[in-house]
Amino acid sequence: MTDGSVVDPDAVDVLAEEAAPRSPDTAEAALLARLRDGDSNAFAEVVRSWSPAMLRLARTFVSSEATAQDVVQETWLAVVHGLEKFEGRSSIRTWTFRILVNRGKTRGVRDARTIPVASFGTDDPDTPAVDPSRFRGVDDQWPGHWVSGAQPKAWQPSPEDLALAGEIRGQLGAALRDLPERQRVVVSMRDVHGMSGEEVCDLLGLSQANQRVLLHRGRAKLRQALEDYYYNDGRRPVVRP
Amino acid sequence: MTARGPWTDSTGVPCQRFVELVSDYLEGDLDTETAAAVEYHLGLCTSCAEYLEQIKQTLRSLGHVPVDTLSQQAQDEIVAAFTGFHAPRA
Repeated sequence: MTDGSVVDPDAVDVLAEEAAPRSPDTAEAALLARLRDGDSNAFAEVVRSWSPAMLRLARTFVSSEATAQDVVQETWLAVVHGLEKFEGRSSIRTWTFRILVNRGKTRGVRDARTIPVASFGTDDPDTPAVDPSRFRGVDDQWPGHWVSGAQPKAWQPSPEDLALAGEIRGQLGAALRDLPERQRVVVSMRDVHGMSGEEVCDLLGLSQANQRVLLHRGRAKLRQALEDYYYNDGRRPVVRP
Repeated sequence: MTARGPWTDSTGVPCQRFVELVSDYLEGDLDTETAAAVEYHLGLCTSCAEYLEQIKQTLRSLGHVPVDTLSQQAQDEIVAAFTGFHAPRA
């Protein structure tokens, strides 16, 4: 040990093997080895697993669904041919998604897509997360607190109730499509596809601050969409018997 | 002078500010002091605790939204390309 203390090496090794989860680098190295060996099952699994997020990302660059699918397929073919030369300086996943971004941008330029990805910033107006009329004003005794009757009411049954879950998914899907594009992409990639903030910033060329704001605004709108679903007119206080 | 009431806390996070901080709070992106102030407020304010729970429910449900992907045929073709690429050369 670097601090000069002595530890029983056998005890440390046993504990390390039992306690430590497989590090991401170990799993990454194993995946790379399997792919380089030509393990089709491993490859089929990453194709199955990563393609949904890749398709979502491709759509931000091109104007048609068919083109987005082409971009994803071309990316996978580039991965097949490029794997031998891949040096492992990033994860395979990051490398794959960066190929996709490059191909998507190229196709987007060719298709003369109207929304340039380069302008991927927070140009949305400064909309508050919740309608300001639901809070007490600055001259109130308790400024900024919920107006009585306008507070959020519990959603019953919960959105996770089996009877309701399909409806809720439909509502959220529609609400996602209604989001401004930049919020939609960030919320989709983070909360639907489970990508990390770092990954999203890297692939979309966003600062962490921009990503956080887009995520926050998108999530607030989606919560509001569910509140509206539960209470029809979410802004009107619900009087409970 | 503002009188102190059951919802007032001295830490500067009224509800209208909390709803703007909630996403950063969930992501662990708040500085220690602000996070502590948020936690303190959540302990006092059942309405904001409910708002937080609704955001969490929204996020959990988002994880189950059906997503589009490549058709099975397209995926099979891609895997076939991989297999072909790695096939032993005669």
